[in-house]
Amino acid sequence: MSLTRIYGLFLRHFYLITRSFPRILDLVYWPTIQITLWGFISNFFATHTTYYNNAVGVILTCAILYDFLFRTSIGFNMLFLEEIWSRNFTNLFIAPMKIGEILTSLVITALIRSLIGLVPAILLTSPLFGISILDLGIFLFLLFLSLYIFGITLGILVSSGLLRFGPSFENIAWSTMFLLAPFGCIYYPIETLPEIFQKIAYVLPLVYIFEEARNILINQTVDIENIYNAFIWNVFYFSLSITLFYYSFNAAKNKGTLINMGE
Amino acid sequence: MKNLIEVKEIKKDYGKKEAVKGISFNVRENEILGLLGPNGSGKTTTIGMLLGLLKPTSGQILINNLKLEDHRIEILEMINFISPYIELPKKLTVKQNLYVYSKLYKVQNIEERIEYLSEKLRIGELLDNVTGELSSGQKNRVSLAKALINEPRVLLLDEPTASLDPEVGDFVRTFLEEYKREKKISILLASHNMSEVQRLCKSVLMMKNGKIIDQGKPDDLIAKHGRADLEEVFLKLSRSKSELN
Repeated sequence: MSLTRIYGLFLRHFYLITRSFPRILDLVYWPTIQITLWGFISNFFATHTTYYNNAVGVILTCAILYDFLFRTSIGFNMLFLEEIWSRNFTNLFIAPMKIGEILTSLVITALIRSLIGLVPAILLTSPLFGISILDLGIFLFLLFLSLYIFGITLGILVSSGLLRFGPSFENIAWSTMFLLAPFGCIYYPIETLPEIFQKIAYVLPLVYIFEEARNILINQTVDIENIYNAFIWNVFYFSLSITLFYYSFNAAKNKGTLINMGE
Repeated sequence: MKNLIEVKEIKKDYGKKEAVKGISFNVRENEILGLLGPNGSGKTTTIGMLLGLLKPTSGQILINNLKLEDHRIEILEMINFISPYIELPKKLTVKQNLYVYSKLYKVQNIEERIEYLSEKLRIGELLDNVTGELSSGQKNRVSLAKALINEPRVLLLDEPTASLDPEVGDFVRTFLEEYKREKKISILLASHNMSEVQRLCKSVLMMKNGKIIDQGKPDDLIAKHGRADLEEVFLKLSRSKSELN
């Protein structure tokens, strides 16, 4: 064993981490998010033990909805990352494709990828747990649509970061969904969050989607305002993400990221 | 012969660093122009700007009389690029890759085009192979097929024969010569292989520190600098302290 060589390899990674802000952020990010998310979940179940008593499958339904969001967002990012990993990135950007064509193609492909994962999950919940997500009825479609748009939005935002900062932004790509999970109120009502976090949650479409899913399953009523609010915030964030993508593309053309996609 | 590439006083700055300092040149139809220079001289930056991957800080690029900044898509339809630093998706077969790029470039008779290039570049037997499992020489020929899939009028080549054995290197050079003659395309060739440049290029540009420091026909440059070959001219200019001839 050579300490010099061990130290040499350690330095290789140390230099990489210290020269990249996204990588430093990633080190702090995961523990913080995990503790925050599970802290709120534990807190909620400790104080509201009977909340889910009469609504078997609410947690599972929310888990499936969240997974759909997760798959859509990560799926979109994966498509973009695949081009970087395979060193095909430059080939793609010198092809006569408009940015809109690239985005549309990725959006469609991400949907197909997500559906491939979603259908078996839905089919399995019924025989295994006696639960059907289809209990959400016609509104299930609207909830999925909202989640899909938000998932794509996150995917476009992360891809903008990849364009602007290069592959070091990749770690953020994997963790965006976990950052939003505590604020999305997936497994607990928004009242569980501290007031300051509630303010953040209310400007995200997620809280309206998951509140409405619980509302339909537990109270057997539909609050159209939740669906409307989710739609409005989705339009806002989707427009923002497209604007940011174009901005990042132009910034990458100035900075040279498009021809220099290294680590 | 008309100019297919016209570069007018293009500059590229990265903050305070000037990568390209206002260079101008033209490439005519049916011409191969060599772009020479030591590492960091601005060759890749220049190619990046010609491909629309980099925005010049100032200056103008025209391809077939169209301004690049105003006609990006039309220009990219008639241009293509090959470099050892970019690859095709490794998990796809050769045919799948060529098919995908045929679609991206809106090639009309895809099967016919793939068949033509397969025959010319001797990749017919590789079409069903996974791209990532090909040898360097095979990958190079497949990348060349991709670069020619849209029948480009302008071809940008960055070290097209780097890491190839002499036989494959010679095959690629011979192919490029014949293809250029047959299709009358313009080629901008960035290379460190001086014998390749001497063989293929009618004229060359020598770049250093973001500037063009000399240009002309290879034989004229050799005579002008009193050297035995282009490699010696390259070494003389690269090592000279003065940036201008």
